[in-house]
Amino acid sequence: MHIVDRRLNPGGKSLPNRQRFLRRVKDVAQRAVRESAREKDIKDLGKDGRISVPGDGVREPRFARQPGTGHQDYILPGNKTYVEGDRIERPPGGGGGGGAGEGGEGSENGEDAFHFVLTREEFLDLFLEDLELPDLAKRRLAVVETEGLRRAGYTVSGSPANLALSRTLRNSMSRRIALKRPKLEEVAALEAEIAAAEAAGDPRLPDLTSKLMELRERSKRIPYVDPIDLRFRRFEPYPKPIAQAVMFCLMDVSGSMTEHMKDLAKRFYILLHIFLTRRYKHVEIVFIRHTDKATEVDEETFFGSRETGGTLVSSALVEMKRIVAERYSPDDWNIYAAQASDGDNVSSDGPTSTELLRAHILPACQHFAYLEVGDENGPRAGFVEHRTTLWRTYEALAKAGEPLAMRKVNHRRDIYPVFRELFGRKDARAEA
Amino acid sequence: MVASLSRTKSTAPAPGELLFSGNDWDFETIRRIHDACEAVAGPELGLSWYPNQIEIITAEQMLDAYASIGMPLFYKHWSFGKHFAQQEASYRRGLMGLAYEIVINSDPCISYVMEENTATMQTLVIAHAAFGHNHFFKNNYLFRQWTDAEGILDYLDFAKGYIARCEERYGHQAVEHVLDAAHALMSQGVHRYPRKKRPDLASEQRREREREEHGEQIYNDLWRTLPAKAGGQKGDPALERRRALLELPQENILYFLEKVAPRLRPWQREILRIVRLVAQYFYPQRQTKVMNEGCATYCHYRIMNALSQKGQLSEAAYLEFLTSHTNVIRQPNFDDRSFGGHNPYALGFAMMQDIARIVEQPSQEDREWFPDIAGTGDAMAVLRDCWENYRDESFIAQFLSPKLMRDMRLFHVVDDPDEPEMRVEAIHDERGYRKMRRSFARQYDVAWLDPDIEVVDVDLEGDRRLILHHKALNRITLQREDARRVLQHLADLWGYDAVLKEVDPASGAVLVEHTASARPLFF
Repeated sequence: MHIVDRRLNPGGKSLPNRQRFLRRVKDVAQRAVRESAREKDIKDLGKDGRISVPGDGVREPRFARQPGTGHQDYILPGNKTYVEGDRIERPPGGGGGGGAGEGGEGSENGEDAFHFVLTREEFLDLFLEDLELPDLAKRRLAVVETEGLRRAGYTVSGSPANLALSRTLRNSMSRRIALKRPKLEEVAALEAEIAAAEAAGDPRLPDLTSKLMELRERSKRIPYVDPIDLRFRRFEPYPKPIAQAVMFCLMDVSGSMTEHMKDLAKRFYILLHIFLTRRYKHVEIVFIRHTDKATEVDEETFFGSRETGGTLVSSALVEMKRIVAERYSPDDWNIYAAQASDGDNVSSDGPTSTELLRAHILPACQHFAYLEVGDENGPRAGFVEHRTTLWRTYEALAKAGEPLAMRKVNHRRDIYPVFRELFGRKDARAEA
Repeated sequence: MVASLSRTKSTAPAPGELLFSGNDWDFETIRRIHDACEAVAGPELGLSWYPNQIEIITAEQMLDAYASIGMPLFYKHWSFGKHFAQQEASYRRGLMGLAYEIVINSDPCISYVMEENTATMQTLVIAHAAFGHNHFFKNNYLFRQWTDAEGILDYLDFAKGYIARCEERYGHQAVEHVLDAAHALMSQGVHRYPRKKRPDLASEQRREREREEHGEQIYNDLWRTLPAKAGGQKGDPALERRRALLELPQENILYFLEKVAPRLRPWQREILRIVRLVAQYFYPQRQTKVMNEGCATYCHYRIMNALSQKGQLSEAAYLEFLTSHTNVIRQPNFDDRSFGGHNPYALGFAMMQDIARIVEQPSQEDREWFPDIAGTGDAMAVLRDCWENYRDESFIAQFLSPKLMRDMRLFHVVDDPDEPEMRVEAIHDERGYRKMRRSFARQYDVAWLDPDIEVVDVDLEGDRRLILHHKALNRITLQREDARRVLQHLADLWGYDAVLKEVDPASGAVLVEHTASARPLFF
C-alpha cells in the first residue's frame, strides 16, 4: 500500500481545458460581454463575470431517444394504495403529451443558454480584446522608461555623503577590540597615576612612564578609524517602468450641456478608467470642469452640479497645464486626457486653445481624446454637416498631425464603439 | 511533489485499541486504518484486490478530476473545460457537494480521498473504495473481459501525449473537429460482445474442405427436385461479400469509421481509436452501477461494523459513520419531492443484504425462489460469486427477491401514449413479482437503453453513401436536433453523405430519415 500526498501538486490541471473552452466560445462570449457592457452600469463592469452563451456552440450532441414519447415503463418505489389495473392521470410536467411538440422541443433545447462565470481577468481580456495603448512605440508599459536607484548593500568606496556611519564604526570597534587598542580611560587613568607618583616620589615612576609611552605608541599605531573600516551605502540603478497614470477628465459644464450629454461623458470616462487600471498599477483621476473659468473639483461635483456661464475651453487647458506642472511630471506619469464637450466655444478662444494644446498639453500627454457629445436624437436633419466651433479648432490640429483623437457620440450605445476606435490598434486607425 | 511512504512493518493495532481518536489524521493514521480494514477484508470477507494506492487531494483537485471523468490524466478538450466551469460554479454556490473519494480501475488501484474528510470518513472511504470497489474491479467478469487495469494509465498517458502532439502538428482546430465528432459517437463506440476472431487462411481452407466432404456425404439427388422457396432468392453474392468484408452490420460506429472510412488520415484514425478505447474502458462501469456500488457499500458496512466490534472505532466515530451511511443509502419514495429515480447505492446495498439474509436465514418463500443459495450458510461466498459473474441487468433479474420488492413497495406503471391514462401494470404481489422483476432488470440493460443504431451498408458503387439504421424500439424515434448534429459529425468523418433511417423493427417501415453531407472540415 502506498500513500501519496497530491495536495502539493500544481493545481489548475484543467486550465488548458478551460482555455480551449473559452477559445471555443470566444465569439459568443465576446458578444455577451459587449452586451453586458451595454446594458449594465459601466461602473460595475467586470465585477461580476457571469455571462451566458447560447448553448448551441458548446452543445455535445449524442444519439438519444426522444424523451417522453412512446411506450414507457416505470418501476417506482413506495407504493401505498395502488393495485394492479389502477389508472393514474399523467402528471402535468412529464410523461404524456410529449408527442405533440416534437419539433418544437428540439429547437427549444437548442437555445438553452449555458451560464458560466468568467474571472475578472478573462472578462476584461475579452472586453478590451483588441484595444491597445496608443503611442506605444514611445512608452509601452513593458519597455523600460526611466532608471531608478535602489539600495544594494555596502561598498568599500564611495562619496563621503554615502558613508554608512554605524556600519563603519561597527567595523572600527571590532578591529579596535581585536587589536587591543588602549582605551582613552586607560590612558587617562595611567596619566593620573603618574602625576600622583610624581608628587609622591614613587619609585615605580619610570615603569609607569614607560608603560604610558607604550600605550600612546600603540594608540598611534592602531588608529581609531582606519580606512579599512570604511563602508559606504551602495546604490544600483534599476529600470523603473512608469506604472502610474493620471487621467484628466475635462468637461464643459455650462448650461448647454444636458444631463444626457454628461451621462455620455461619464460613461466614456469610466471606460477609460477601467482601461487604465488594467494597464497601470496606480491611476489617479483629476476632474476639471469649466465654463468660462475652470476649477478642479471632486467627482461628485464634477458630474452633479451645474454652472452657468460662457464657455472658454482654454481655461480648462490652462488649469490642466498648471496641475501637470505642479503634481504630475510627465517623466513620472503617463498622462491621459479626455475632454467632453458639446462643442461650444467662444470663437476668439480658438487660437489660444490651439496654442496651449500644441505647445504644452499634447507633448505631455500619452493620449488626448476629444469626445463631442450630442443630443440623444442625433444630429437634426439639415445640421448633418454642422461642425461646432471646438470641433473645427481641433480638427485643424489633428490635420496638422498632432496626436489628437476626436469623435462624436450621440447615444449610449455608441460609446463603446467610439472608445474602441479611439484606442484601437494603430493600423486599424490608419485605415479610418 | 510526491511524498510516498514505504512500508516498514505491519502497524495494524491490536484489537481493542482505537485506530484514532478525534477527527484528525495523518499518514500514520491512514496506514493504520488501511491495515485494519485489510485485516477484515481479507480473512473475514475473503476479498481479493489490486494493491492499493491512496492519494490525498484537495477540493480543487477533486474538481479537476471531475472534469476529466475521474481519470488522473486525460487528453485536453473544451468539453472538459465546460463541465469544469459548470461544476465549479455549482460547487462555489454551494449547490453541489463533492464526492468523498474517486476510485480508479487500475493496477495498482488508485483511490483519491479528500483532505477535508475526518478520520472516520477516511476509514469509510478506504473500506468502500480501496477494498469494495477494488475487489469488484479486479473480479467482475465485465471488467476482466473489457478493461486492462494494468495498462490504462500508461495508455491514457500515451493518448494525452499523442493528442497534444497532433495539436502541435495539425493545429488545435483540426484536432478539435475530430474529437468533437468522436465524442458525439462515443456511446456508439463500444463493442457489446466479443468479436469473432478473424479466420486465417489455413482454418478457412480446412473448413471449406470439411463442408464439401459433408456435402458429398449427405448428397441426395432428391433435393434437386424440390421447387425453390417463394422469394427464397439468395441475396446478391457481391453484396453479401461486401458486407462480410466490411463486417456489416456493425454497431460499433467508431470502430467502423476507424477501419474503413476512406478519407481519414492515420492520425485521425488514431484519435478515433483513442476515444473508442476510452469509451470501451468505461462501458463496464455503466453496466454495473448498482452492483459496483452495492458491493462497495456492503463491504464498507461489514468492515466498519467489524472494526467497531473489535473496539477499534469509538462510539462517536461509529455514529458518524452510521449518519453518512444512512445518507448514502437513502431512497426517497416516488411521491417524494426529492425522488430522482432509484439510488444505486440503496438498491445495491439492499440486495446484497437481502442475499446474505437468504443465504443465512431463508424463509419458505426464499427456498422456493432461490433453491440454489437459500440456506447454504456462507453469505460471502455467494456474494463474491455474484460480484464476479453478473452485471446489473442479470443480477436484478436473478436475485431481486419478493421480500425486497415488498419492502421497497415497488410497483410498475406503464405509460402508453395511445391510452388516455397511465396504468399500474403490476405491484408487489404474487402475480406481479416476476413481471416486475423482468421489466426492472431491463431498465438496467444498457444495450436496451441505448438506441440501437448500426451501419448496415455502404453504396460503394454509387455515391459512397453510408447507410445506418436505427431500430426504433417501441417506435420511439431519436431526438431530431441531436440526431441531425451527430449525423453531421458522422458524415464529416466518413467523407461522403450519410443517411440514418429510423426503422420500426416490427413492420420494417421507415419512420424518419435523416441525411447529412460531409463538410470540407477534415479534407
